[in-house]
Parts: sequence; structure tokens; C-alpha cells
Amino acid sequence: MMMSYNGGGRALEREDESAEASKRAPRRALDEARLRQQAIGVKLRQMFDRVVNEPVPDEFLDILRRHDEQAKGGDDK
Amino acid sequence: MTSEVGAATGGADPAMEGRFKTELVTLIPHLRAFARTLTGDQASADDLAQDALMKAWDARASYQMGTNMKAWTFMILRNQFYSEKRRSWRQTQLDQDAAERTLVAVDDPQSPVALDELRMGLGMLPAEQREALILVGAGGFAYEEAAEICGCAVGTVKSRVSRARRALQGILETGAYDRDGRPAGDAMNSILAAAEHLGQAR
Repeated sequence: MMMSYNGGGRALEREDESAEASKRAPRRALDEARLRQQAIGVKLRQMFDRVVNEPVPDEFLDILRRHDEQAKGGDDK
Repeated sequence: MTSEVGAATGGADPAMEGRFKTELVTLIPHLRAFARTLTGDQASADDLAQDALMKAWDARASYQMGTNMKAWTFMILRNQFYSEKRRSWRQTQLDQDAAERTLVAVDDPQSPVALDELRMGLGMLPAEQREALILVGAGGFAYEEAAEICGCAVGTVKSRVSRARRALQGILETGAYDRDGRPAGDAMNSILAAAEHLGQAR
């Protein structure tokens, strides 16, 4: 992301490094917080997907089947 | 497009109804999962999801083919849940009892501890924060879709989700959830460990 020049590039890089170092501690805390949120997100999806992956009880399909039968009985030609 | 025409239920296009039904069937597992997070127990969740399924079928003429059917059915289910809740004055207490029973009992022994703790933590969030977090964080909805489902502004959903995330993390880190007097475990660490484990498994 940095454009590097010939000689002055070095100094610039070094400046970057020290800036990095001073930012490192808060960044680590931020990464940690992000990691925790990600972990919670993973669990949340896992919890939801467990129910999604359960077999659907017959009653659910019966509801739609009943409508089918009504429809068939309804427009008896 | 054809929704106005289809509104006369008798004259609905059978091919269209077939497509509608096929898509609706694929959504049943998701409706069950969302209902479970709203009611907290399996039996009343399935009742709710079945009611929503019937309502969705009856309202099929008002659904516009090609729009987001998942969001549409979730909205129906959510409306159903809150209108039932309003009707029944005892519901709040029942919900709490049911939630406690489910939280303690439903899980199989092999379930990782972290999941139970997550459920308990979720149970402590205000309802509107919980549902926003579930829709966006587990249901796969965009903020805009979640806002439509909940009938509120996008910004409101965003702030509910972020408050829910922060609160949940706090609850899990401090072990503030109700554990029947057992010592608070380090839920956050077990969740982190489980996530790492998952990461390695993939």
C-alpha cells in the first residue's frame, strides 16, 4: 500500500514501524474483541442451524397436504 | 405482478401455487428455528410455526413472486407471535417457565456446554435485541431485511444488534447468566475454544 521511494523510503518505513508499535497494544485488544464476537457469531449460527437441520415433523407437511386435498375436492370437474 | 389477479383465491394460477408451495416447504425448517428462538420451547415453537405456515399459505395471493419469501414468512411468524402474546396475559410467565425448562432440559448430553450458556445468555437480552441479533447473526438476513421483518428502521436494527452483541459478550464473560446456583463457568472461554476447534476441523 506504501509507495516506496529510493533512499527516503527506508526512513519512512522505520517511521511506520514505530507508529505500528504504539498502535499494537490497542489493536491487539481490538483483535481480541473481534475474535470473541466472531466466536459468538459462530455459536449463534450453530445453535440456529441445529434446529434448521432437525427433521421436519409430519404435521407441517400435513397442513399443506390438506390444502391440496381441499383444492382437489373443490374443483372437481 | 399478478398478485392483484391472484387475490381471488379460487382463480389462482395452479403453476404459480405449485412454485409457491415448493418454496414454502423449503422454508419450514427456518421458520421452526426462528420460532424456537422466540418462544424458547419446542412445543409452542412448533405450534407457532404451524400457524405461520397456514397464514402464509392463506395469504399466498398477496405474496409477490420473486421477492424475498423467507423475509415475508418470518414477518408473518413474528406478527403471529406478538399478536398471540398480546392476547394472552399469562404468556409472559409461561414463556419464562418454558424458557427455563428448555434451557435446562432440552439439550442432549453431547451438546457442548457453550451452546447452553449461549442460550441462557440470549435469554437475558431484551426481546427486541434478541430477535435482531438472531435475524442478522444467525438467520442470514441483511439489516434492511431484518428491519422490514421487525417493522422498524434500519438504524434501529443496527443499534439493537450491536447492543445485543455487546451485552451478550458481557454476560458470557462475567458468567452473569442464571446457572441454578452453580458456579459461573467461563462461558466465553469455552465458546472461544469451541470456535477454534471448529476452525481446525474445517
